[in-house]
Amino acid sequence: MTASREGHDEGSSRLKEISSELEKFQGHIEGVLAQFDYCAAAQFAMRLSLEEAMMNGFRHGNRQDASKSVEVRWSISSDSATFHVTDEGEGFDPEAVPDPTLDENLEIPSGRGLMLIRAYMSEACYHGPGNHLEMTFRKSTPHD
Amino acid sequence: MAHENSRIRVTDINGVMRVEFVDRDILDEASIRRISTELVQRIEAAANPQVLICFRGVEHLSSAALGTLITVNSLAKKRGGQLRLSDIRPSILEVFVITKLNKLFHISDTAEKALEGFGKV
Repeated sequence: MTASREGHDEGSSRLKEISSELEKFQGHIEGVLAQFDYCAAAQFAMRLSLEEAMMNGFRHGNRQDASKSVEVRWSISSDSATFHVTDEGEGFDPEAVPDPTLDENLEIPSGRGLMLIRAYMSEACYHGPGNHLEMTFRKSTPHD
Repeated sequence: MAHENSRIRVTDINGVMRVEFVDRDILDEASIRRISTELVQRIEAAANPQVLICFRGVEHLSSAALGTLITVNSLAKKRGGQLRLSDIRPSILEVFVITKLNKLFHISDTAEKALEGFGKV
């Protein structure tokens, strides 16, 4: 579901299957971002962040339960792009995730998705019990 | 060691297992799992595995792919070998720097320089 008006694009999508549906969704968002003149680096940042957020939702939130879905809502203008990613899981405490950049954690193969989102997006915060991530990319930040 | 629908190309260069990716995006979890399984099998079949993963042509990489690299690195070291990475474009290199994994991996600008690191050139 998507709605465009001058200077703004917003919509939502409910994904039940990660591989093909996510690729199609990313393709749609890339097209919208290009339409609003987001540069390649900005598009890279948002593609990576969306990938990580959706993967976290499917894998950790929904625990790969095929009967559950991940919903993403977006609102994109020429200044900023905001995404809400909500899974059907019980949520989690983002502050309890160990810092993967500490020397003692460098060889742990998981736990880097959230830190990449925080690094690449201008803002990222969880709502509710921790199953709803809101993240925003602003063109005015050094990313773009 | 043939793998059906493999997402990597593997060639032997003077005893170094050189790995390249078929896809420009290393994001899809099923593909990453397949890549991980194949690499682990190949490394476990080798004595002192010398592995070079070349990222030429790769445009996107997820944290799940980073996890596979960490697993491969640990396994190669455990078996007396080593892993080196090369040809990483700046946007992806930034991902390694943000996660500080540039401290864990040997990263070279080119495959040729990485091969020198193995003492194979």
